[in-house]
Amino acid sequence: MTALYQVEDLRVDMQLPGGLIPFGKPPRLNILEGISFELNPGETFGLVGESGSGKTTLARAMLGLVPATGTLRFRGAALTEAGLRRGTAMMFQDPVASLSPRMQVGAAIIEPYAIHRIPKAERASAADLLARVGLPPALAARYPHELSGGQARRVCAARALALNPALVIADEPTAGLDVSIQGDILNLMADLKRDRGLAFLVITHNLSVLRHTADRIAVLYLGRLVETGPAAEVFARPLHPYTASLIASEPDPDPRRRRADLAIRGEIPGLLRRPSGCVFHTRCPLAVARCRSEAPILREIAPGRSLRCHLAGQDTTERTPT
Amino acid sequence: MTVLNVTDLRISYGPVQALRGASLTAAAGEVVGIVGESGCGKSTLASALIGLPAPEARVSGRVEVEGRDLVALPETARRAIRGDRVAMVFQDPMTAFNPVLTLGEQLVDFQHRLPAPKAEKRARAAAMLARVGLPDPQLALRRYMHELSGGMRQRAAIAAALLMRPALLVADEPTTALDVTMEAQIIHLLRELRQDHHGAIVIVTHHLGVVGELCDRVYVMYAGEVVEEGTTDEIHHDPRHPYTRALIACDPAHIAGRVERLPTIPGRLPDLTAPPPGCAFAARCPQAGPDCAVPPPRVRVSPTHAALCHRVRP
Repeated sequence: MTALYQVEDLRVDMQLPGGLIPFGKPPRLNILEGISFELNPGETFGLVGESGSGKTTLARAMLGLVPATGTLRFRGAALTEAGLRRGTAMMFQDPVASLSPRMQVGAAIIEPYAIHRIPKAERASAADLLARVGLPPALAARYPHELSGGQARRVCAARALALNPALVIADEPTAGLDVSIQGDILNLMADLKRDRGLAFLVITHNLSVLRHTADRIAVLYLGRLVETGPAAEVFARPLHPYTASLIASEPDPDPRRRRADLAIRGEIPGLLRRPSGCVFHTRCPLAVARCRSEAPILREIAPGRSLRCHLAGQDTTERTPT
Repeated sequence: MTVLNVTDLRISYGPVQALRGASLTAAAGEVVGIVGESGCGKSTLASALIGLPAPEARVSGRVEVEGRDLVALPETARRAIRGDRVAMVFQDPMTAFNPVLTLGEQLVDFQHRLPAPKAEKRARAAAMLARVGLPDPQLALRRYMHELSGGMRQRAAIAAALLMRPALLVADEPTTALDVTMEAQIIHLLRELRQDHHGAIVIVTHHLGVVGELCDRVYVMYAGEVVEEGTTDEIHHDPRHPYTRALIACDPAHIAGRVERLPTIPGRLPDLTAPPPGCAFAARCPQAGPDCAVPPPRVRVSPTHAALCHRVRP
């Protein structure tokens, strides 16, 4: 199977503002490095990381919205802007903010057709697009502020579907939604995936969003992929100590299973203070001297399963509740 | 000893009846959770607990803190209680502090009722920052809020709330703005603090995980009412109200492994400008029948456990 989207050795640096010092080059800050993974057609790929891990930057780089080095291939070919814009779509984290407040829903969701000069015969109607995400046609006349949180999400999904993309990038698709309707959006994404063969890249800091929906996941820490693999395997047997502590940090609603102690302390260091060696060594419960000096590489340790850790394959399940 | 006693609290904003007769208690040394989804009235309740309802709110009922009714007291008396006997930790610590004053200046200001020299107040502030786990308290006192990370800010907000040793600490979604590893650390901190804070702690949250990790007892709210109350164990392992059951079933943490369809609660909240005369959940309830059109009884299941539902049997 050829990959739908291939990322190989992606690197993103950002120019820091020069500030008041008039001499010297303004410093460049490394955000992402050595990112490699593949997205297959029709799969849900979860990208997990905490604030500051670079997950949103990675999505933006994949859409050509920030300059990056490395190889990015969409449907086997190098990226072209037009191909990318029409073949991919984004559902932004804040749905209301991503809709123009002065545009009615109906106009907003068919705007992609005008932008891409799609012939009239190939356009779907606003009512049709709304129907695909389970919304009544009457909603087309509403303004974004008249929508509920769940409706706004669906409207953004409708707009994302307008150009029949092969890949939809969903940034925190359930952020700000009540538990009782989170499932609604995730079920809608599952339907679209099944009925239209859509692939989803779901970006989130919330593992529980992925546990029930993702086929494969990748874990990002401070701009490095630390672990990738099939979601069920990674959840059942996390190999990287960071993945294990993320899973163990999830609060458990069952009071009989309260954690006695913390799985992880401290917080993600700033990008300006990137630790030497393995980026995770400052918080890693297993770190040894080598981790402080030598950066591990991402290597495949089993088919479809990659890990960036010197202490590879050490079973960390005993620290994970099941 | 009962610190907080709320009786039949009703709050409306114009035609919207946000809170429709809530009653709850919290004792010293206890952590009580108030859980519910958007629109259930939990934020309205939280603001009433610290005597700060919105100016346009119409309030009736009683909110007694250490025996004094915040609803009936004049505003000057409420001000004397707020920040001293009752304190709050807000969801967003960035907006809870003043951005142009250092943390130290603000923590000293918060102790303005304390008859002590400034140096002593600064020392108390530093000790409290150390207690909540800020690594270098003396340095932190000289920092502005934007210089602290999200987790550090939330720790500072907790320190600020505890400075005057309040009888009642209200925390409104204290971990919602945080990443999961920081959330776990704040939960851990609150659990530690309850041991030397002898007051009552009320946690307002939408997150059942936070309740499970932290609370002794829970009140589940729906459409401005407390629909079920019980110990955290009773609510998690023996939920009686259909809404509580549906809510727990939707929680992703409750679902093992990969599923085809995630459960949801179909339908939506009733219009709170004209709430139904009977059970507010009936329109979405799988067990609803004709009798649900009349107000449901509060059925006691155990001395600590009760649910507002026609279907619940003692």
